[in-house]
Amino acid sequence: MVQTNSRLQTKDPCHPLDDLIRTDRIPHIWCSGCGIGTAFSSCLTAIKSTGFDLKKFIMVSGIGCSGRAAGYVKLDSFHTTHGRAIPFATGIKLGNPELNVIVFSGDGDLFAIGGNHFIHAARRNMDITVICVNNLNYGMTGGQAAATTPYKAKSTTTTLGNPEDPFNLPLMAYASGATYVARWTMLHIRDLTDSIEEALSKKGFSFIEVLTPCPINYGRRNKEKPLDTLKLYQDNTIIKNGANPSEVDIDFEKGVILGKFVDEDRPTHGEKYDMIYRAVS
Amino acid sequence: MEPAVLTGEHYITGDVACAEGALAAGCRFFAGYPITPATEIAEHMSIRLPNVDGTYIQMEDEISAIAAVLGASWTGAKSMTATSGPGFSLMMENIGLGICTETPCVIANVQRGGPSTGLPTQGAQSDMMQARWGSHGDYEIIVLAPSSCQDTFYLTITAFNLSETYRVPVLLMTDEIVGHMSEKVIIPKAHEIKTVSRVKPKGRKDHFKLFKPGAKGVAPMACAGEGYNIHVTGLTHDEKGYPVMSVDTQAEMMERITGKIRNNLADISRTESYLLDDAEIVVVSYGVSVRTSLAAVEEARKLGIKVGLLRLITVWPFPDDLIRNLSEKVKGFVTVEINLGQIHREVQRCVGWKVPTFLAGHPGGTIIPPENVIEILKEAF
Repeated sequence: MVQTNSRLQTKDPCHPLDDLIRTDRIPHIWCSGCGIGTAFSSCLTAIKSTGFDLKKFIMVSGIGCSGRAAGYVKLDSFHTTHGRAIPFATGIKLGNPELNVIVFSGDGDLFAIGGNHFIHAARRNMDITVICVNNLNYGMTGGQAAATTPYKAKSTTTTLGNPEDPFNLPLMAYASGATYVARWTMLHIRDLTDSIEEALSKKGFSFIEVLTPCPINYGRRNKEKPLDTLKLYQDNTIIKNGANPSEVDIDFEKGVILGKFVDEDRPTHGEKYDMIYRAVS
Repeated sequence: MEPAVLTGEHYITGDVACAEGALAAGCRFFAGYPITPATEIAEHMSIRLPNVDGTYIQMEDEISAIAAVLGASWTGAKSMTATSGPGFSLMMENIGLGICTETPCVIANVQRGGPSTGLPTQGAQSDMMQARWGSHGDYEIIVLAPSSCQDTFYLTITAFNLSETYRVPVLLMTDEIVGHMSEKVIIPKAHEIKTVSRVKPKGRKDHFKLFKPGAKGVAPMACAGEGYNIHVTGLTHDEKGYPVMSVDTQAEMMERITGKIRNNLADISRTESYLLDDAEIVVVSYGVSVRTSLAAVEEARKLGIKVGLLRLITVWPFPDDLIRNLSEKVKGFVTVEINLGQIHREVQRCVGWKVPTFLAGHPGGTIIPPENVIEILKEAF
């Protein structure tokens, strides 16, 4: 009891993930009720669980709230330009194939401005892991509609409701050639962590979509209090591993399907390049 | 494995000479996207790189090509891409990232007529101001302009050496004419080629500051996977690399990225002069237009006009002092370039109104005939 108290009272309380955090950069910028921190710590737990050499893990982010993750992780980390995390990561992986490269970024960054890079990295089966924190809007800039904003949802640029349909991210990943595709919410923390660990340990292009609340910029305009969103994650989701990616559109009314949808083996870009171009003649 | 340095006499295009120069400089990563008239650099690199333990990748566009180049550079690989006008425009944002994060790399722009799609198969020198100011924000940049195939080979090596020395993207501004012409190129023995690699950090890894200036104002560069826990961001950052949104940090960072160039002009700036000693008129030129200018100067000398040539090998940083000093003793300047006066205006800026300045320019698509230069020399002075 005494021990517990003294630990709580120390100036620098230890967190099990402190060794993977740039604690000198805390506090972070994420709002109360934001889900990015949970997705981020899940990612760090998964990195540790792999048992791989931490020196060989590289995190690359783009721009946006989730893009700030690279600034907090105590790994070699790169906070790049908007939408370009994946091609930057591609250069790192090709420059030193021994490195494990994780792209941690948001839906706006990866799928609107960076959408072309995503599909091409998946097509090549570039050996990287992409974690997309999907909060259904552009949070950093104050809540504009994104390529993931649901039909009719309100945002600062769709005040009467979004007239566009969102991307189905797992379907896009699968169709583009990703060899590992999963979706979880930040409430499904154990499944998410296990899934990230599995993706990191797997060769090839792996993709995990993490649904997270953005109470300040999305929830507020769509009549979702922070707990309402979590309640939706709990009650209106269905875990269905192996579900057909074409049937996993996000619709909380009929239930959002979570799980691991794709887990295939296909030679990676590096393996194919080496086989064709570096074969000993 | 093949030799990276193809010692011997070759009859090759400027584009191929650029690729061979890059390999001789130690380039082992190329990411590109096809575009006339730079495609041949990518094609040649795609064949050569895997045979020298390097890697080639064709990306989905020029934006991703330069992003991959920056990423690869952070693993320690000397990296480059090559493009032309439209692709150069697409690369601008990440060239800024390279400048801000002090990432060595080389970008070759084989210039063609613009704006927009312009004249894909015909030469121009109209991206010179874009090379200087194309990315947003203030910065300093190093730009080289080769005028022959042999020159392209050597200046590509120089581009890599300057890039590694100063931790800055270096732009090799060639053009369709030099890129597509074939000439004799002599490649020396490997040990005769001077190559420079970035300075690596020493000392304790946990105290390392990725952007703390060392010799020449340039910070030693740790790479990904070396255990330094580096953080690299395009946000305004302190010496450790951490983002700090303050006026002071902005000023300090700007001083680092501009100071390392401005304070080393003597080491960076390269010019050549021909018949300048007794010249009353100075022809200023760079890149392929140097060939026109040489012919014009020689012809004008025969007519008794006291004219000499100042060739800018590095166009940026601009040799302000050199031109200012020349303006004290000559009667005028003629700038020869395939555009509507981009560098001409720089010459004017340095000369002021002390002596007249003229432009022998051209909207693009072909070289400037020497006659045009001679005409100005005869009529204006």
